[in-house]
Amino acid sequence: MPKLQELQDLTVQVRRDILRMVHKVNSGHPGGSLGCTEFIVALYNEIMELKDEFDMDGKGEDLFFLSNGHISPVFYSVLARKGYFPVDELNTFRLIDSRLQGHPTTHEGLPGVRIASGSLGQGMSVALGAAQAKKLNKDSNIVYTLHGDGELQEGQNWEAIMYAAGKKVDNIIATIDYNGQQIDGATEDVLPMGDLKKKFEAFGWEVLEIKEGNDLEAILKGMKEAKSKTGKGKPVCVLLHTIMGHGVDFMMYTHAWHGKAPNDEQLATALAQNSETLGDY
Amino acid sequence: MKKYIDQGKNDTRSGFGAGLAELGRTNPNVVALCADLVGSLKMEKFIEENPERFFQIGIAEANMMGIAAGLTIGGKIPFTGTFANFSTGRVYDQIRQSIAYSDKNVKICASHAGVTLGEDGATHQILEDLGLMKMLPGMTVINTCDYNQTKAATIAIAEHHGPVYLRFGRPKVANFTPVDQKFEIGKAVMLNEGTDVTIVATGHLVWEALIAAENLEKQGISAEVINIHTIKPLDGEAVLKSVKKTGCIVTAEEHNYLGGLGESISGFLATTQPTPQEFVATKDTFGESGTPEQLMDKYGLNNKAIENAVVSVLKRK
Repeated sequence: MPKLQELQDLTVQVRRDILRMVHKVNSGHPGGSLGCTEFIVALYNEIMELKDEFDMDGKGEDLFFLSNGHISPVFYSVLARKGYFPVDELNTFRLIDSRLQGHPTTHEGLPGVRIASGSLGQGMSVALGAAQAKKLNKDSNIVYTLHGDGELQEGQNWEAIMYAAGKKVDNIIATIDYNGQQIDGATEDVLPMGDLKKKFEAFGWEVLEIKEGNDLEAILKGMKEAKSKTGKGKPVCVLLHTIMGHGVDFMMYTHAWHGKAPNDEQLATALAQNSETLGDY
Repeated sequence: MKKYIDQGKNDTRSGFGAGLAELGRTNPNVVALCADLVGSLKMEKFIEENPERFFQIGIAEANMMGIAAGLTIGGKIPFTGTFANFSTGRVYDQIRQSIAYSDKNVKICASHAGVTLGEDGATHQILEDLGLMKMLPGMTVINTCDYNQTKAATIAIAEHHGPVYLRFGRPKVANFTPVDQKFEIGKAVMLNEGTDVTIVATGHLVWEALIAAENLEKQGISAEVINIHTIKPLDGEAVLKSVKKTGCIVTAEEHNYLGGLGESISGFLATTQPTPQEFVATKDTFGESGTPEQLMDKYGLNNKAIENAVVSVLKRK
């Protein structure tokens, strides 16, 4: 297990990558990316069982599907720093001829990506298919997913949520980025979704909450518990309470930075709060 | 004119069911999904023989398309089954992002296409699906004409890597193509050589085109009849060769003239060999309830309509 300090260092470096990527092209989604940095870092560097080389079928390893594709900056940074592609390629984010499209895609052959996402609400269905392929292949590895909380307003999710429990797809851990924010404001104001925990439970899921979703230790402990619940006839949901824009004081507790890049001055302030640890790309 | 024998009326969807059952026995990677229409899609045999490889999704087509995309990750070859309307328009964005743009090896198998679905009416009679599917980059689009061809196409698409839309229908129609045919994706089938006019037909209109050609022969008109089962990629070479000889063309399909086979052909000919063309297709309208025969007649989708179109196009040569 990497020391906690190493994961913390990586988290800070990924945060810098996110900020520099969106600043360079003056577009992209820093808020949700920063809020999920600890989670994706922990997932790829501690929680998931991964093979050294990427292949599309992913037999004999855990899989991850990012359903809320707009937080591509954190996904790309973690993939690059895990070794899926050169870290320098982060320089090409959202530029013409890049493999790092605004939203993740398999279309340009970027290692680490298994499905296009961005049009919301589709990731859970795809993950269920992959989980069922694992069962057919007698592959005991697990399928992980991440979804925005606002994304659950898309109806397809509830088709998938119903199916997963009804068909006992118990090799999936679906995590909800429970930050309470979406583009137009707080989810409570845009479209209140009620008690998500009770909703998932009513659909037949095992539900866990990670109250400190930006704390690495809490994430590791919570996800370990989540994994222990797999294989018992029920799909597993993790409600990950995060703070959008975490790690940059002026981006926190607001939806304002959902899809807005910092200017030069704001970038300098944000980077000063996240000192270089592993070297910028 | 070459004579074609109806080996006994049968539905194209049963051809799909038979092809799928055979794949179940020969290809262990083939899996099937259905959104609560197992009987309508004739999937029972596959399910009976391979229960572990069948996924009953329930009435949730969007979820079905996503699950199918996911099943390819792990090496499966998913065949989804529901009506054409629910296979395309209802789930366009799921197909676009999770299947087509993601380059997933999913076979979207769609029954009850067009007005020949009959009495259920326009809510279920999609006439836009070929257009929707052919506009997706990388999507192969096939519309088969009889039982034998549908069975052969079902088996063939499992060997093709990439997303495929396979369209067939509900009514029992003439079964006249060879039982042992080899189905070649993207390859037109020459049914009758002629010199005065080219008739290119797809799906249920192919048999109608053969009847029309027979009637036209009695009037001294020699019609070349080509079956284009693959709308995309289009066998432009076969069309070009024929119109260079005949100088005019009639396209026939159970689909809106906007977005269908005829439009693909006119687009192709406009840039290669501008040719007078008439469209036997629905004219930008929804369908309605009725028997298949009544609807084919009312919407101008039968041999009589093809004959009339030939007479019109000959005047424009």
